[in-house]
Amino acid sequence: MITYFFIFLAVLAVASALAMVISKNTVNSALFLVLNMAALAGVYLILKAQFLAIIQILVYAGAIMVLFLFVIMLLNLDAEVSLFNKFRVKYFVAFILGVGVFSQILYSIGSFSDNLPAISPQMMKAGTVEAVGDVLFTKYLLPFELTAILLTAAVVGAIIVAQHKVRTESNND
Amino acid sequence: MISIDWFLALSALLFCIGVIGVLIRKNAIVIFMCVELMLNAVNLSLLTFSAHYGNVDGQVLVFFSLAVAAAEAVVGLAIIIAIFRNNLSVDISKINLLRW
Repeated sequence: MITYFFIFLAVLAVASALAMVISKNTVNSALFLVLNMAALAGVYLILKAQFLAIIQILVYAGAIMVLFLFVIMLLNLDAEVSLFNKFRVKYFVAFILGVGVFSQILYSIGSFSDNLPAISPQMMKAGTVEAVGDVLFTKYLLPFELTAILLTAAVVGAIIVAQHKVRTESNND
Repeated sequence: MISIDWFLALSALLFCIGVIGVLIRKNAIVIFMCVELMLNAVNLSLLTFSAHYGNVDGQVLVFFSLAVAAAEAVVGLAIIIAIFRNNLSVDISKINLLRW
């Protein structure tokens, strides 16, 4: 049962990722990426990581993708006209390169795949909010606080970069 | 139970789709979304090994990676808006000010 669930989610994730890359319309791309994030959250649930599955939906599919959609709507982009109309060497090279990287990774996975068991039974406890929070607020307290500083710096930086420049015109006089 | 190399293969496949997307697309926002896809693939890989060893550290690393991805998305979109304001396009073949 859980195997079929995994196959369904994996096919959904790969198909939505491909659709995201191929789709001409930017808004469609963003919505396919949301679907991909949701499928990945399901995969996280299969891996017994409940906390991160929820965070994936909340932060990625919720916050970040809404930000993307806002920017897409704000910029009022028109769809790209020709993505696959004419054959280009660049696409071919990109495809070959992607297949090359994929086969390298599969080869390196295949070399140790015999000695990998399934999910550890400890994971039933380790994936809960309690376990993650327990480690996050004791062992990783300093990195957690640094994350807060990082997010603050990112917000300030984004505002400064994106704000409209108001010319004062006083230095011209 | 599913052996974990299937999860790793899914992660590798998603990462490679992201790489191909970055290479062939010209719209800066779509390229940025492909980068997010690659980040997600690596998160899945980390989480798979975390589940394999029953260790929480991998999940904490995924948590930090999520925070960094959020910060990166905010700053990157701000840069895209700033570029759009200057030359009214997010087509990366038209953004060639620094190209030699």
